[in-house]
Parts: sequence; C-alpha cells; structure tokens
Amino acid sequence: MSESIVSFEHVSKSYPQYHQITGGIKQFLFNLPKAVRLFKTARYLALHDISFEVKQGETFGIIGRNGAGKSTTLGLIAGVLKSTIGKVSVKGKISPLLELGAGFNSDLTGRENIFLNGVLMGLTRKEVANKVDDIIEFSELGEFIEQPIRVYSSGMLARLGFSVASSLDPEILLIDEILAVGDITFQHKCVERMMSFKQKKVTMVFVSHSMESMVSLCDRAMWIENHTVKMIGDAKAVVKEFVNQS
Amino acid sequence: MNRKVQHFIDLVLVLTQKDLKVRYKSNILGYLWSVANPLAFAFVFYVAFKVIMRIQMEAYALFLIAGLFPWQWFANSVSVTPTVFLSNASIIKKVNFPRNIIPFSIVLQDMLHFIFSIPVIVLFMLIYHKLPHWSWIYGIPILLIVQFVFAYGISLFVSSINLFFRDLERLVGILITLCFYFTPIIYPLEMIPDKYQSLVNLNPMCPLIISWRNLFFYGKVEWMYIFISLGYGVLALLIGYAVYRKLSWKFAEVL
Repeated sequence: MSESIVSFEHVSKSYPQYHQITGGIKQFLFNLPKAVRLFKTARYLALHDISFEVKQGETFGIIGRNGAGKSTTLGLIAGVLKSTIGKVSVKGKISPLLELGAGFNSDLTGRENIFLNGVLMGLTRKEVANKVDDIIEFSELGEFIEQPIRVYSSGMLARLGFSVASSLDPEILLIDEILAVGDITFQHKCVERMMSFKQKKVTMVFVSHSMESMVSLCDRAMWIENHTVKMIGDAKAVVKEFVNQS
Repeated sequence: MNRKVQHFIDLVLVLTQKDLKVRYKSNILGYLWSVANPLAFAFVFYVAFKVIMRIQMEAYALFLIAGLFPWQWFANSVSVTPTVFLSNASIIKKVNFPRNIIPFSIVLQDMLHFIFSIPVIVLFMLIYHKLPHWSWIYGIPILLIVQFVFAYGISLFVSSINLFFRDLERLVGILITLCFYFTPIIYPLEMIPDKYQSLVNLNPMCPLIISWRNLFFYGKVEWMYIFISLGYGVLALLIGYAVYRKLSWKFAEVL
C-alpha cells in the first residue's frame, strides 16, 4: 500500500523559447545572432523545484490556475517530457485519458478507432480484441460504433475516449479535465468507473477545475501556483484553502 | 514473440491499415483515384515531349511510367512527412509511444501503394509487347527495400527537423521539384551531355530510378546502381535516425 508509484524529487522543467525558431528557417537566419542568443539564454520556466509522491492505489489531485504547470506535470508523469533538473520516477503502465478525439481518426469507424487508440496506448491488437466488446458496451454507442466518428457528437466522442482509456487495465490513470463532457448519465457512469478503479487500487492522477469532483474522488491533492508547489495534503484541506484564496 | 516487438508490429499494422482505409475507402474506385495521379502526370509529359517536342524514343509512355511510379512513392512520402508530427500533436503530447512509427508507416503505406500500381506498369508493357521478366522476383524486393530505407531515412530527418523549423516544409517542396527534373525520369540517362554525366550519381534518386527502369524495361538488375543507392539509403537512415534520436524527446515540448 505504501509503495510510491510516482515520485518527483526536486523536479524543474524549463523550455527554450521555441517560437524563436519555429517561425522558420528564414526568420532564424535573418536574425541569426539575436535568435541564437535568445535561444541559448531565455528559457521559459514551467515547473520549479517540485517534489511529491503518489502511493499505490491513491487518487491524487492537482489543482491550480490556468498555466500554473498542471499539464506539464502530467506530461512528465506520462514520459512525454523529460525533466530539466531533478528525478521523475514512475512504476507501472500508464494510461492517459486524452482530450476530446485526440488520437482518433475521423474517417474510421468507432470500432476501428478503438483498435487504433488501444494500440497507440501500448496494447497489442490481440489484447484490444479481447476487450473490444466491453469497450463498446460501456460506451453505449450502439450501432454508431460501425460509423465513421466524424458523424459523432462531442459527447459521443468523449464517451468513446473514456471507454477506451478506462478499459485498458491501467496501473496508473492520468486524467486531464475529462469529466466536463458527456451528458449527466454518462458523467455519472464515469465517476462510478473511477470509483471502481479506486476500489481496485488503481493509482490515479487527476487534474481538474471542478472542486466538487476533486473532493469526492481524491485522497490527497497538490496545489500548484506560479510553477511551484503551494500546498500538498488532504484533498479537502487543499481545496478549501484554494477556494478561499481565489 | 517478444511483447515489445509484437507491439511495434501491431502499431505499424494499425497505422498503415488506417492510412490505407482512409485512402482507398475499401473500394475499387479509391484504387483508380490513387493511380490516376501518376497516370495524369505521365499523360502530360507524354503530350509535351512525345507529341509536341517529338522525342525520339521507343515506348516512351512505358518509359515514363516505369520511372514515375517509383518516383511518386518517394515524393509522396517525403512531401507528407514534414507535417506528420504536427498533425498528430495531440497524441504525441499525451502518450509515450515510439514516434518514428508515424513516418515509418507513411513510407510503408506509399510503398504498398506503389506495389499495387505495378499491374498498371505490366499493362503498359503488354501494350508495347513486352513481358515481365523472371528477374523481377528478386529485383523488385531488393529495390523495394533499398528505396524504403532511403525514403524512411529522409522522412525521419525531415519530420523531426520540421517541428523546430516549420518552414522546412516549403523548402522540401521546392527540393522535391528540383530533384524531379535532375533525375532521369522524363528523359533517358544517355541524353545528359557528357560533361555532366559524372554528376549524375551525386543525386541519390538517380541510381534508384535507373535501377527501377532497367528492371521494368529490360529485366536487368545492375548491381552497381543498386549498391550506390543502398549506400545513399544507409547514409540517409543513419543521419535521419541520429537526428530523430537527438530530438525526439523534445517533440512534446515544441508542439
């Protein structure tokens, strides 16, 4: 129970100012000395000296204003970003919940997209095939599953996305603002499934602006402000403090 | 089989299947549409050079197609790849999967498409009373691999760099056009003036296209050209992969 699954030790993350070069080769060459100097020195600090741990089976919330560094933290956990300083260690299979329709192809049917998404998230085709019926059932998409997803409403897309990600037997589930979509019944179903994950001792990291779901789902929470940790502790206490501040 | 290998294969399969499905929409009309493009090019060049400028060549239509089809594979792959990571930004930012899969499956998909179009070449051969040669059995697979390695190397390089310098895409478009006219596709190698003949092998696509055409036209496998092409291929792959390795962990930052 007490094994730590995700741990950050004095992690900082900064980016070079990529817009200096993504403007293009032409622009870069014309402003060469200035562009090189800026690129080497000016860095954008996204996270500064963050340390925390998420234990096995824990639901851990991250709150903070827009741009505080929540998504960067998730990116570091997911392994798509590397820390500039400090050590990030993560044990277990990660399953991220993607934003609406990410990784889906609009010309493929719902069923084909389940395979595409499942394999992208690290399963083999056989493993997806074993789960595909459960996923379709959970999504409640019915016969829409055989239609290209460009005809789906955004609520339906969200259902498909949540159904795939939550059916992959994740060991660590990363959730970035997903519950805001879908109708009430489906939202309710999502919360139920997350509760069942909780019972199954799946570790979850949850980013949300909804303080209600934060309190009801999370055991502990971290408040990030100005790219650094403002407070870590019991979810209720952190949320209370955060609400008072803002 | 090792799970990692199995997963890599499945990723390639799923992505390639996706592209093929989107491209062909699983029907014969989809297939016709996708060979229509190189055929239209062939028609234009045929009219311009055979009908109007009256180039003195036997079977010029077949000659064009035998060079244009493999060229299209290369050009399609390389002109799409600059933006492949950009168009998959949402998933790259969230999921940690081997990103080189994306250009890999694109080059593979264009290769399959080229293979599907070989019957069209055969059709033109029959029109000119030529028959497929037994050397195709080993010649085609060898050239497929050589061109795949080269196109994949270039694609890796271009797709990785383009994330950082987003106007590379335009440059690539220009370079592909230049390369097309500097490669003996619409004219034979022999027409190039003697003083420039020595420059021919500096163009990596040149020995490759010559090899393809020799194979389709005469059933000839000329090892010298194939080895030069392979050399370029390995070089492109080494450079492309090194650049990709160096930059890939920054993809999620820059997107």
